[in-house]
Amino acid sequence: MSALQAARKTRSAVAMGLCVASAGVGLIALAFILAALFWNGFSGLNLKVFTEMTPPPGSSGGLLNAIVGSLIMTFFGVLIGAPLGMFAGTYMAEYGRNSKLTTVVRFINDILLSAPSIVIGLFVYEITVVQMGHFSAIAGSIALALLVVPVVVRTTEDMLNLVPGSLREAATALGMPRSLVIRHVAYKAARAGLITGLLLAVARVSGETAPLLFTALNNQFWSTKLDAPMASLPVVIFQFALSPYKEWQALAWAGALIITLAVLTLSITARVLGAQRTSK
Amino acid sequence: MAEAALSSVAKPAAQGDSREKVLRRFELGDQAFHVLTKTCAIAVLLLLGGVIFSLIHGSIPALQKFGFGFLTSQAWNPVTENFGAAPAIYGTLVTSIIALAIAVPLGLGIAVFLTELCPYTLRRPIGIAVELLAGIPSIIYGIWGMFILAPFLQEHVQPAIIATFANVPLLNQLFSGPPYGIGIATAGLILSIMILPLISSISRDVFETVPTVLKESAFGIGCTRWEVIRNIVAPYTGVGLVGGIMLALGRALGETMAVTFVIGNAHKIAPSILGPGTTISATIANEFTEADGAIYTSSLITLGLLLFIITFIVLSISRLLLMRIESQGAR
Repeated sequence: MSALQAARKTRSAVAMGLCVASAGVGLIALAFILAALFWNGFSGLNLKVFTEMTPPPGSSGGLLNAIVGSLIMTFFGVLIGAPLGMFAGTYMAEYGRNSKLTTVVRFINDILLSAPSIVIGLFVYEITVVQMGHFSAIAGSIALALLVVPVVVRTTEDMLNLVPGSLREAATALGMPRSLVIRHVAYKAARAGLITGLLLAVARVSGETAPLLFTALNNQFWSTKLDAPMASLPVVIFQFALSPYKEWQALAWAGALIITLAVLTLSITARVLGAQRTSK
Repeated sequence: MAEAALSSVAKPAAQGDSREKVLRRFELGDQAFHVLTKTCAIAVLLLLGGVIFSLIHGSIPALQKFGFGFLTSQAWNPVTENFGAAPAIYGTLVTSIIALAIAVPLGLGIAVFLTELCPYTLRRPIGIAVELLAGIPSIIYGIWGMFILAPFLQEHVQPAIIATFANVPLLNQLFSGPPYGIGIATAGLILSIMILPLISSISRDVFETVPTVLKESAFGIGCTRWEVIRNIVAPYTGVGLVGGIMLALGRALGETMAVTFVIGNAHKIAPSILGPGTTISATIANEFTEADGAIYTSSLITLGLLLFIITFIVLSISRLLLMRIESQGAR
């Protein structure tokens, strides 16, 4: 009897040991990646990165046009994608909470949320680049917008579902029309959550590379024209990292660090906002 | 003041009119808002329809030329315009299988660690760290793989593996050839590190749906911790776990940037997993902007269509399974 007990205890200890070990291995691997990123990124980072344009092969320079290009395309991507996603999420949570349409849209939206971004890029290539005849920042913005939509739909619906029904009933009892109840009561009650969703969407698209490769393409020079190819941080990193030039590779690491810090800042801010909401 | 009061009393009819006007405006605004939101919801559906339609439209020239032979052909020759999808499909599936084989045991281990073993004070920080890592752009994993992991594997790990299995039948085929560093195995390894945070955080969430009473009663009749996990937690969460793993598989299949750097971009099916290969997404990322000629472009779009169909099926299954565990949690 005690032999069996000892065997069971040993087996449990071994299994638990393996769990601790796997946690160790996983966390160490991820720590290695971050360490390499910070080490190489900071050694490639200097003031010139933020003030100069991307250099020709073999000379030094910065990433200014790529950073600005990323900001512009992310801005327009969110500008197009966020309202669309927010209204769709509003419909799902407010008007059609139990309708068939909502169930179908939710299912499709969840698939779009994890769909390969490169396929979204191909789609945008077909509908914009082929029609316009050339690559452009508009195409890049649309590609990013299509990645923003599912994130915003999901968070808007979730956050509006958390707003207590009694708030809406109280507002309706005062004689407020439905659309005003939604806009002035439900949106306000869910505001922190909606902003969290927006930040998460920005974090999601700011590192996206694949859909920009054949929509916005790249541009070695300063350009803010929306109907011309535009540089973006991820695409420049992709091009520079694959190049044989030391200066380009150093810039690629610096760019990677900038993106990671931006994404981490955004997701931590989103998390803090979300925590405030739940603690209230 | 008195005059003002008088004048407002003196126009009851006008006031009634404006009330009606306001009410009508509210009604119109209400309907407009309803229609607007519904249109946007339908637009999300149209988005998916548009993606499928445009991919099918773009792939027609290649499918007309190659037919279903496109799926099995190993050819990839831009000069003679002869293309086949087999190497890319093979690479996509093999890298994803390698990634899951490594990341699933590790991810489940981390989830068990976080829900059962970790001291309470560390649970939240480690959990948050894992979730933040899940949001890091995949291009970061890609350049780490190319600059650091691949040279390390080439110098230290792959020669040892090749030497170890040189005389073992079957395995010497799987691990043969010169140590390239980059290749299918390296890409699978990078993918596994990339999907590890995803698997860990989903499994942790799923594990937390198990009612504490169930676990406590199992402990109460003398089960060891492993027996509780094996016989209580695992059966209770099985469906959700499979759903989470399928979701990670969907990510791995469609992942582009983490793979493109280290896959080697070789259109062939080699028996050795250490050698270079290609995946659907890597092929598109590497060649799409350089593709000239309608058939070349169309072949790449057909690859995109295939990838979309594969991930659509995987993600649909994942979503259906996860929906089941969610309704279980609500019960």
